Amino acid sequence: MIETHLPVAIVFTYLLFAVIGTAVSFRNKDWAQPLAVLGAGVATLFSIIAFISFLNEGEIVRYWFGNWQPPVGIEFVYDGLSGFISLVINFVAFIVLWHSGANAKAEFKSKRHVYYSVAMLLMLGFNGMVMTGDLFNLYVFLEISSLASYALIAIGNKNAPFAAFRYLIIGTVGGTLYLLGVGFLYTITGTLNMIDMEAMLPMLMDNNVAIAALVLILGGIGVKAALFPLHGWLPDAYTNASSTSSALIAPIGTKVAAYVLFRVVLYVYGADTFESMIPIDYIIGLLASVGIIYGSVMAIGQKELKKMLAYSSVSQIGYIIMGLSLMNPFGFAGALLHVLNHAFMKACLFLVSGNLRLKLGHTRVFDFDSSVAKKQPWTMFGFTVAAISMVGLPPLAGFFSKWYLAIGTVQNSNWLFLAVILVSSLLNAVYFFRILEKVYTNKDNPADLDLDAVEQDEVGFNGKAPVMILAIGLLVIGLTNAAIVGFLFNIFPG
Amino acid sequence: MDLQLVPLLAILTSLAAVPFILLSDKKPNLRESWTIIAAVVKFLLVLTLIPGALEGKTVALELFELAPGLPLLIKADPLGVYFATIASGLWIFTSFYSIGYVRGAGEHKQTRYFASFAICLSSTIGIAFSGNLLTFIVFYEMLTLATYPLVIHKETPKAIAASRKYLTYTLTAGLLLIAATAMTYIYTGSIEFVPGGVFGDTQLSPLLMAVIFILFLGGVGVKAGIMPIHSWLPAAMAAPTPVSALLHAVAVVKSGVFAVIRIVGYVFGTDVLAAYGLNEILIVLAGTTIIVASLMAFAQDNLKRRLAYSTVGHLSYIVLGVALLTPLGMQGGIMHIAAHATMKITLFFCAGAIYVNLHKENISQLNGIAKVMPWTMAAFTIGSLGLAGIPPVNGFLSKWFLAMGSLQGDVTIALIILVVSGLLNVGYFFPIIQRAYFRKGGEELDHHGEASPFMVVPIMVTASLSVIFGIFPNLFFGFFDLAASIAQTLFTGGGL
Amino acid sequence: MEFLSGHYAYWFIFALMIVGLYGMLFKQNMVKKTIGLSIFQASVVLFFVSIASKWNATVPVKSDQFPVENVANYLNPLPHTLMLTAIVVGVATLGVAFTLLITIYNRFGTLDEQEVIEKVQ
Repeated sequence: MIETHLPVAIVFTYLLFAVIGTAVSFRNKDWAQPLAVLGAGVATLFSIIAFISFLNEGEIVRYWFGNWQPPVGIEFVYDGLSGFISLVINFVAFIVLWHSGANAKAEFKSKRHVYYSVAMLLMLGFNGMVMTGDLFNLYVFLEISSLASYALIAIGNKNAPFAAFRYLIIGTVGGTLYLLGVGFLYTITGTLNMIDMEAMLPMLMDNNVAIAALVLILGGIGVKAALFPLHGWLPDAYTNASSTSSALIAPIGTKVAAYVLFRVVLYVYGADTFESMIPIDYIIGLLASVGIIYGSVMAIGQKELKKMLAYSSVSQIGYIIMGLSLMNPFGFAGALLHVLNHAFMKACLFLVSGNLRLKLGHTRVFDFDSSVAKKQPWTMFGFTVAAISMVGLPPLAGFFSKWYLAIGTVQNSNWLFLAVILVSSLLNAVYFFRILEKVYTNKDNPADLDLDAVEQDEVGFNGKAPVMILAIGLLVIGLTNAAIVGFLFNIFPG
Repeated sequence: MDLQLVPLLAILTSLAAVPFILLSDKKPNLRESWTIIAAVVKFLLVLTLIPGALEGKTVALELFELAPGLPLLIKADPLGVYFATIASGLWIFTSFYSIGYVRGAGEHKQTRYFASFAICLSSTIGIAFSGNLLTFIVFYEMLTLATYPLVIHKETPKAIAASRKYLTYTLTAGLLLIAATAMTYIYTGSIEFVPGGVFGDTQLSPLLMAVIFILFLGGVGVKAGIMPIHSWLPAAMAAPTPVSALLHAVAVVKSGVFAVIRIVGYVFGTDVLAAYGLNEILIVLAGTTIIVASLMAFAQDNLKRRLAYSTVGHLSYIVLGVALLTPLGMQGGIMHIAAHATMKITLFFCAGAIYVNLHKENISQLNGIAKVMPWTMAAFTIGSLGLAGIPPVNGFLSKWFLAMGSLQGDVTIALIILVVSGLLNVGYFFPIIQRAYFRKGGEELDHHGEASPFMVVPIMVTASLSVIFGIFPNLFFGFFDLAASIAQTLFTGGGL
Repeated sequence: MEFLSGHYAYWFIFALMIVGLYGMLFKQNMVKKTIGLSIFQASVVLFFVSIASKWNATVPVKSDQFPVENVANYLNPLPHTLMLTAIVVGVATLGVAFTLLITIYNRFGTLDEQEVIEKVQ
């Protein structure tokens, strides 16, 4: 009984805590963070309960707002895909918000309560996007999350508002294109409900409007997902935003956009309809491949850690979208596993970056030396685990998503994609191992550095524990991935 | 006792020692004793598997699933037990030797060194006991990762450059291995190691088979030192000598040739390879490597680099033996795994002792050192004789069988290569011996004695083992019988 | 000819979109970019409104003249309601955009994109 309300409860929780958090912050700013963490924690708890109940009963939960039946009413649909994604993003948000205390204080000072309120709204938007079963409702939540992310990115360094403005322009164009695509679909199907549309679209396979709508939707969401060549906003936005903001947006934002792509392509259009229309799947795969290589190459050329991680994100989202374009169970499972893996890995890396900023004052890679490892051993340990996972070495999680994607490409005899996946792993190794070399060996130490005199200056418990949880989580995911992937195979539509 | 758990325990022993090693950072003697204890325990565990292996039995343990339908499979089959025995046995000696070397040379970051060493050995035993390709890849990459801190240990520019080269080569190899495994999985449905291979009934185009085979070769050939992807090996001599000795004479490179045997015998199967003629690629590569490496060994003045090229050559002895696709050749190759291991480790130990004791690295500096380090040089001589294939060292026996294998398979060119390279071996080892014994040393040799017992005793032991196994190849472990029976299982009806 | 005159509404909307895109891409002044964005969004709103239209139909407000069951007499209300939401979203976006512009102006003293880029460098 409770389960039917959980999809809404998750979304509503964030709204509640956004309001409560803002109200309480008028009295005492220090309550903002605990409340936000509590909000995320409660939402995660609901996600877990809902997910477990879904695993046990196997039935899709459809919540009709106001008891209006679709297609008249709007509904929230909790199925395997939305359950999985919501669990991932809520847990990661919880971890990131838990960690954010020290960084928020340092970066936002007296305005830190604003961060938490907006963060709640951001998660509201993301969860709404994941849960909704109505295409227009998705637009609404998309814009909610977008506006929140523009605001979060703007609270950064001197250049942040400008980066946020550029992101705003491009992002809103993306959202509007999506809206236009939805409008096209409405004209030919008369419904906005995803499940209804899925029933109708196969009959409209050759309809030019349907194809145009698909292109618009893909283009619009592709902007948000940073699909090459629509990724241009990402490096500037993530780099100039504060560490606290980018740690929240980076692991989650593009993943939710990728989720929408999955939903539209596989569930609304359906794999068969999609493939028989125009060879978009191959084109998308190609764009994703270019993005993978481009992101990795650009990351190698970066001198600053956050920008490096931003380009790395462009590369990683390419894996996910390439997995989607393969249209087979292995590609699907590999891509979704990579959603989980990348959320953990990028969150860990951005949290590490935040820790380094806090204690070192900078994250210029070329100024790192082995005193960093001595000062912040726990942070660098988390970095090492995440880095090894990004490169794709077993038994960490990163290896397995690449393994499944590789099998998916072989199954389609897509040798180019296979080569891209493998070559990019090597490129990833270059920019990650470079940092490991600097930090764990003495080769870049300045001549006057007295290593023995360097004291440990690590962040507090709230700075270390989240990083450790994510790092250990990567090992756990790696070792238990068979169960996760088994689940993903089951929810593969068609 | 239930043998099922033994292989897993053997793998985990040194992993379990790692936290203790890390915690004993400030107490060197305690820290070193963890290494020794783990080494001995591991060796004893592996020993319990030998009786079963001699009877051709396999002990398998399926752990959790790594991927749907693909479990983490720990399987101690005769070949795995053979390799594990050699690796774990030699680790004991290397541990003692390491202690002597690292303290004598005053190396920094010893805790990182010993901890990495322990993980390396876990990975190597894991490789030995992998039952399917996915498990194998997991341990293979673990080995790459664990050896990285050891290669970069000295943190000199040379070491950094060497470690980058090493990482590039081995990571690429890992990726090729993943590609090949993915293709095998899709086209045959199985990636388990089975004598006779999993390609049995699958009909694939010759081109596709060749591509998959070459991808596999690329994946394992890096660690097996097949030219032209061998160049990380001489570069990795920038690591401390015990690392070069164990890892690059025993663990890493032998994992590579072990993997070649697995690919040839247990993934493709000797019949399939013969049918598609793919072994010819391997014969060409191995043969070329042997000759070119032996020639390059001549050109090296640095002792360790000469030994490195010698290793590259001898690894291809094993590959050549395997590529012949005859039972005797296979047996010779497997025997050479053990023989080369004991002989090469002796030589590297000697090189390290000379470096720590006399601070000499180059052959041109080695005039007259036999007077000062008699035991070391005696061992060196024994090792060199064996590598050249001269009885009664065990190198002669393995070479004999390799030669018999090439006759059995009618591959005369292989026989010629073996003979020529034997001569080349003499050619590049003899000058060293000649300098050490028959030339007069400089004055700097006065006031020096033999190296520390921590180093000399292991050297003498491994040298003696080389001779003992040359005369009694079945002593203690039944290596000879084991090699013969393993080779038999890979051929239906005994041969081409 | 029918292609042009029969779909004049769509052509108009298309023209508006182009105007909006032109503003966003080619104008240096950031306020003008925002205006372009607003025009772009307006064109999509107009699209939705246009698809709601029917011949001889009146606004979808309940009237005593026509019973509600005679659907053909009323325009399709759904796109109108959707666009109410979309307009609100657009307004909110404008609000955020202008806040950002104010901040940028306070920091850089200019609203010209090229100049800001130079100052950022």
